Amino acid sequence: MQGEILLKNVRLVDASGERGPADVLIGEGKILALDGGNAQRTLDAGGLILCPGFFDPHAHLREPGQEVKENLETGLTAAARGGYTDVVSMPNTTPPVDQPEVVAALIKKARQIGQARLHPAAALTQGQEGKLLTEAKLLKEAGAVMLTDDGKTNEDAGVLALGLTYAASWGLPVAVHAEDAGLRRGGVMNEGPVSFRLGLPGNPAAAEAARIARDLEILSYVLERPAQDARLHIQHLSTARGLELIRRARARGLPVTAEVAPHHLTLTDERLESLDPVYKVAPPLRTQTDREALIRGLLEGSIDCIGTDHAPHTQAEKEQDLLRAPFGIPSLEVAFPLLYTELCLKQGFPLATLIERFTDGPRRVLGFRPIRLEEGHEASLTLLDPNSERAVDPTHFASKAKFSPWAGWRLSGWPVMTLVEGREVFVHPSLTVGA
Amino acid sequence: MIAELTQQAAFPKHLLDFQGWNRKHIEDLFETAKLMQEVLSRPVKKVPALTGFTVATVFFENSTRTRLSFELAARRMSADVLSFSAATSSLAKGESYKDTLLTLDAMGIDAYVIRSDAAGMPHQAARWLGKPIINAGDGWRAHPTQALLDAFSLLERLGSLEGKKIAIVGDILHSRVARSGAELLPMLGAEVWLCGPATLLPGGLPNVTMTTHLRQALQDADAVMALRLQRERMDKGLLPSEPEYVAGYQITQERLGWAKPGALLLHPGPMNRDVELEGTLAEAAQSLIERQVANGQAVRMAVLYHLLVGRKGA
Repeated sequence: MQGEILLKNVRLVDASGERGPADVLIGEGKILALDGGNAQRTLDAGGLILCPGFFDPHAHLREPGQEVKENLETGLTAAARGGYTDVVSMPNTTPPVDQPEVVAALIKKARQIGQARLHPAAALTQGQEGKLLTEAKLLKEAGAVMLTDDGKTNEDAGVLALGLTYAASWGLPVAVHAEDAGLRRGGVMNEGPVSFRLGLPGNPAAAEAARIARDLEILSYVLERPAQDARLHIQHLSTARGLELIRRARARGLPVTAEVAPHHLTLTDERLESLDPVYKVAPPLRTQTDREALIRGLLEGSIDCIGTDHAPHTQAEKEQDLLRAPFGIPSLEVAFPLLYTELCLKQGFPLATLIERFTDGPRRVLGFRPIRLEEGHEASLTLLDPNSERAVDPTHFASKAKFSPWAGWRLSGWPVMTLVEGREVFVHPSLTVGA
Repeated sequence: MIAELTQQAAFPKHLLDFQGWNRKHIEDLFETAKLMQEVLSRPVKKVPALTGFTVATVFFENSTRTRLSFELAARRMSADVLSFSAATSSLAKGESYKDTLLTLDAMGIDAYVIRSDAAGMPHQAARWLGKPIINAGDGWRAHPTQALLDAFSLLERLGSLEGKKIAIVGDILHSRVARSGAELLPMLGAEVWLCGPATLLPGGLPNVTMTTHLRQALQDADAVMALRLQRERMDKGLLPSEPEYVAGYQITQERLGWAKPGALLLHPGPMNRDVELEGTLAEAAQSLIERQVANGQAVRMAVLYHLLVGRKGA
């Protein structure tokens, strides 16, 4: 068999566990063989891990309108470097992505860029104003994979109920940023002993839990109506209380899924003691108890997947004080090595499970087919280096945002190659691919 | 005077809060403040201690008493003073805080006194600038020189704070004065009680006791500090009304009777007369309110002196 590239001596790891070693022959955008063959080029990948391509269900790529923070080119390049073959972009741009033409234009542009593939999420309501629904059918046909008002928090329960009901007709999940605006009261960090001591307005865990409880009730309600396919996805879960509500809802069969962000798995509100806005995110960094609960939730599967919530800003914006600096950090380029190092290496989290949460998990949430490491399957794959260790250096990010709460952290498990349908969209300079 | 001071403890570089400060630092600072009081009692209230130094007061939030107090303190030690206000600056034209500070720094500033409505701004400045930063109040978080002058005023009258009960009453949640007091006073041996309406009490601060019961807070107190009631809190629904607050938490002559006989009374100002305090109490013999203001200058002179000169050889 003749292929374009042969990855020799890789360790295959996917949701089913570690299956390597193998010699993976790739051509025509597919996996042609797992037992070698002839290729135009060969890479001896002794010790490297090959897994399905990562899928990020939650990134802010800022286009259209806020290209000063990020654009499709920098965002999708950052994604490819982070091992992502697929990225869902959030619609809270300026203007919001709420029209089919915009969705189609974004996808077209992303194809031309040729890095990670783009799957736009569209707004649930027109202008993200929480009043009138968007055109779910036309948006879906244009390529939207999810509806969400994301940063806006669906204050009107009736509108969310209508949105969930209507989106279900067209097979679109609805994602929510679960946070009660009234309980949040302008909080800039987790409410608790640290916020009390620092004198910073707090955002209580109850703001998330109360909203999740409400949204789960809405989901139960719409499922009793002609909306049996309704699916609710909770974005960037941050609290143990919220997780417990989701766990119970799933136990009684509600179609709710959830994601967690790398920062909520690795950092706590005590980082804010430094008074450095690099730790300012929404929802905020919570407590160690929350962090541990989220790791357990991820392990047991109550949390389906990792969503980066990659949220780039300009340096000047982020260098304001804690009240004024915007929420968010860039994380596409560090998510996997961060969690591999902090969870797998330090805490014994199973590698195959972590990889599942980066690959099949998000695809399942969004109704995509999983990528299998089998002959004939799509060669959208990620090659990881579990052995060498390197420090996070935000100045080298492809993202326009050159800051990171993990700057200087020494991590392993860096992606070294990302293939989208067999095409090498990212190859780390340390790899030498022979002819 | 200088020889005496150089014998004292090595000081932290900044006064952002009391992190990194210990009791010895505070006691040394107060020794200096006493020398400064003596300077302030002279007919010519000026010494050359900071000649050649330039102190910038950078106020991103309005203030009268703190700013004047710092500027006078610097001038009385012969420092040059550069005075910056956000309202009349390029910030209003969109320049960032960082660029504003870097611009000032290019002018050769030796120390910064920074006030901000946001917690952490002086910390940011400390990261950006290599000079001593004095926090003149950041958001709800810290106002260390206010806590120092309060403690200094209490020490003048009580001799020691060891085992003394001090009650701070009012809007604790939004008070940087309360937070800094809660940090500093226990360091000096005092037992601090924080008291206010439940909607204005934070969930927990270390080393202090919190209560919504005024009588409990005032019982056997050696000193009582009333905080300004911030009327905007009512608009946010945290307090039903001013009369409701007065009924529950105003310090009256009668309620002061719950405290020890002759218990001292403080208020960091600005004061809403007849709201936090029964009007006549401000001038009572036990009131330290005027003394707090006077001592503010001496304490700030001591802080500037130590951060600019006293660190030598540290």
